[in-house]
Amino acid sequence: MAKKKNFAAKLASPFIGLGNFFKNIYKIFQHGTIWTKLSFLILGISNLVHKQVLKGLLFLATEILFILFMLSNGIDALIGLVTLGTKTQGWVFDEDLGIDVLENGDNSMLMLIYGIGTILIIAIFIKILIANIKSANKLQKTLESGSPILTLKHEASELLDRKFHITLLSLPVLGVLLFTILPLIFMILIAFTNYDSAHQPPGNLFDWVGVKNFFEMFSFSNKLGKTFTPVLVWTFTWAILATASTYICGIILALMINKKGIKFKGLWRTIFVLTIAIPQFISLLIMRNMFSKIGPINQALSPLLGQQIPFLEDANIARIVILCINLWVGIPYTMLITSGILMNIPKDIYESAKIDGASSFVTFFKITLPYIMFVTAPYLITQFIGNINNFNIIYLLIDGGPPTSDYYYAGKTDLLITWLYRLTVNQKDYNIASTIGICVFLISVVLSLMAYKRTSSYEKEGDFAC
Amino acid sequence: MKSMKIREKVSNSLIHLVLTIMSILWLIPIIWVILTSLRIEKGSFVKNFLPESLTFDNYIKLFTDTFFPQWFSNTFFVACCSCVLTVIISLGVAYVISRMRFKMRKPFMNIALILGMFPGFMSMIAIYYVLKSMGLTQSLLALIIVYSSGAGLQFYIAKGFFDTIPKSIDEAAKLDGATNAQIFYKIILPLSKPILIYSALTAFTAPWMDFIFAKVIMGTKNENFTVAVGLFEMLDKEHIDVQFTQFAAGSVCIAIPITIIFILLQRFYVEGVTGGAVKS
Repeated sequence: MAKKKNFAAKLASPFIGLGNFFKNIYKIFQHGTIWTKLSFLILGISNLVHKQVLKGLLFLATEILFILFMLSNGIDALIGLVTLGTKTQGWVFDEDLGIDVLENGDNSMLMLIYGIGTILIIAIFIKILIANIKSANKLQKTLESGSPILTLKHEASELLDRKFHITLLSLPVLGVLLFTILPLIFMILIAFTNYDSAHQPPGNLFDWVGVKNFFEMFSFSNKLGKTFTPVLVWTFTWAILATASTYICGIILALMINKKGIKFKGLWRTIFVLTIAIPQFISLLIMRNMFSKIGPINQALSPLLGQQIPFLEDANIARIVILCINLWVGIPYTMLITSGILMNIPKDIYESAKIDGASSFVTFFKITLPYIMFVTAPYLITQFIGNINNFNIIYLLIDGGPPTSDYYYAGKTDLLITWLYRLTVNQKDYNIASTIGICVFLISVVLSLMAYKRTSSYEKEGDFAC
Repeated sequence: MKSMKIREKVSNSLIHLVLTIMSILWLIPIIWVILTSLRIEKGSFVKNFLPESLTFDNYIKLFTDTFFPQWFSNTFFVACCSCVLTVIISLGVAYVISRMRFKMRKPFMNIALILGMFPGFMSMIAIYYVLKSMGLTQSLLALIIVYSSGAGLQFYIAKGFFDTIPKSIDEAAKLDGATNAQIFYKIILPLSKPILIYSALTAFTAPWMDFIFAKVIMGTKNENFTVAVGLFEMLDKEHIDVQFTQFAAGSVCIAIPITIIFILLQRFYVEGVTGGAVKS
C-alpha cells in the first residue's frame, strides 16, 4: 500500500511544484516595489535603475528582440504550425507573360520546423523573464537589508564557483536542445501527420492526421499491420536469442581462459579482443562476402555437398547464420567484461568453501555464477536493448533480406530499427518511420526502467522522477 | 589423488583444444581481409581462399587513385575535434551532476535518460534539415557538431566514477577557499584518468566507425567523406568488382591503428563499461 501512495505522490509532485512556483511569483509581485512590479513588463528596468546597467540592458535587449521576432516571424510560424500550409505549389497562368509559371506554395516541413523553433524561443524567453523577475526581487531584498549591490565582476566570478553549473551546462544544453530535442520533437510530431512518399514538400503539402498511423500499425487488416507484427516478433526473438547466446558463451569462454592450469592466457584474450577492436562495418561486410552464394565458404563446401547453401538467401537459414555471426561479434565483449569480474572475486571465499569440502562443481554454481550474474545484471539488460536496436549486424550483413512482397518494404530478417532506416532513407515514409521509432522508444523505456532500478549508482540517487 | 590429476590434465588439454579451434574461427575473417588486400586477382568473389599471388598494388592504388588519404585526414580531424569537445562536455556535465546541487539537477538527469532511449536514426532526417537551415551540410564542421552535440547526455558513466571519489576531498579544498571550478580541474580531473581515457577512446573511435550519419550529411560530396563512408561506397554494386581488394586494403589501414589503441587501453574500456565495478 505504501508503495502505491508513494507513486501517486510522485505523479502529483510536478503539479504541486508548479503551483508553488506561481504562488512565489505572485508573492514577488505583491510585495514588490514599483521597480520590481515594472520589471514584469519591462525587462531589466530594476537592474538599470539600480546601477546594474549591463545586466539591465541585456534583459531589455532580449525583450525587444523577442517582440520584434514575434511580430515579424513568430506569429506566422505559430499559425503555420497549426495549418501546415494551405497553398500547394502549382502552375499558375501569368497574364503578362502569357504562359504558365511555377508558383511556390507553402512548405509544410519548413513550417513545422519553424513552428517548433518558435515554441522553443518562447520557452527560452519565459525562462529569461523569470530570471529577470528573480533578479529584480533579489535586488529589492539586498536594498532592503542595506547590503551593497553585487557588481558585475562579482557576479561573473560566481559563475566559476556557486553558479559553476550554469557555466558548464549552458553549451551542452544548447547542443542538446538544437540537435537532439528539436529534431526529436519534429519527428515525434511527424508520426501524427501524413508525411509519406506521396506528400513530399515542396511539391505537396502534408497535414495532421491524428493517431491514424498508430491505428494502421496495430491493425491486422492492412499491409502495414501485417508487417509490423511479424517484424516485432522477430525483433524480440532475435534480441532474446542473441543476448542469451553471447552471454552464456562469453562467460564459458572467460571461465575457460581464466581456469587454473591454462597456458598463454594473455594470448587467448588478445586474439578475442582483436575482433572487438576491428570496426564492425569492416568485419561484417567481409562476412557478408564470405557467406554469399559464390563466396569462399560455399566454394569450399560445394564439392562436398554437391550444392550451394543459401546462407543469406533463405529466410530461416539466414536467421540462424545471423545468430551465429552475432556470436563471433558478441562473445569477446562478454568475455572481456566477465574476465575482469572473475579476477575480482575475493579468493578467500573459494578457500573457505574448499575447507568446508565443497567440490569445484558446487563452488561454481554457488559462488562464481551468482557473483557474475549480480555484477552483470545491468549490463545484460542494456545488452538486450542494444540488440533490439542492433542495426549494424542486420543492415551490413544481410540488409534485412531476403526481401518479401508480403511485407511493407521490409525483409524477412528486418528488425524494427532497420525497417525504420529503410522507410526513412529509401522510401521517405517519414510518418511510418516515426511511428516505429516511438514504438521502439516505448519498448526501451519499459526495459530501461527495469535496468536502472538495478544499477547501484541510481539506487544511491533514490527513485526515478523525484 | 592421482586420478584427480589425470582428470585435470585431460580437461585442461581439452580446453586448450577448444580455445585453439575457437581462435582459428575468430581469426579466419581477419586473415582473409589481409589476404584479400594483398590479392592480385580483382573482383569481389573468388574461387580460392588463398590468392594466386601477392601484391602491394591494392595499397598503392588506394593511396593514388582514390580519395583515401583525404578521407583519412578528414576522419582524423573530425575525430580529434569531437574527441576534445566530447571529453570536455561530458566530464563537465558529469562533474556538475555528481558534485553540485541545483534545482534542475534531477529533471536534467531524467530527461537525459529519456532522450537516450529514442532510436538515434529516428531524428536523422530532422538533424539534416536543421544543419541545412544553418548552411552546414556537406561540411566537416557539421560532422563535428553532430558527434559532439549529444555528449551532454552521455555523462552517466563518468558521473558514476566521480561519485566514488570521496566528497571530503572537495570539502577540505573548499575550506581552503577553492572555487568549484578549481576543484574540478585541480582535484577531480587529475584523479579521473581512467574515465578520461575511456571517454576519449570512445569519442575518438566513433567517427571511424559511423557510416550512417556521415553518409546522410555528406550526400555525394566525395572529398569530404570519412573513411567509413568512403569504404562503404566502394562496395556499391557499380564499384565492387573493381574496388573490393582496395576496400580490403583500406580496411586494414584503418583497423590497425584502432586495434592498437584499443588493445593498449582495453583496461579502461572494461572499467568504463562496468562503471568501475571491475578493477583489473
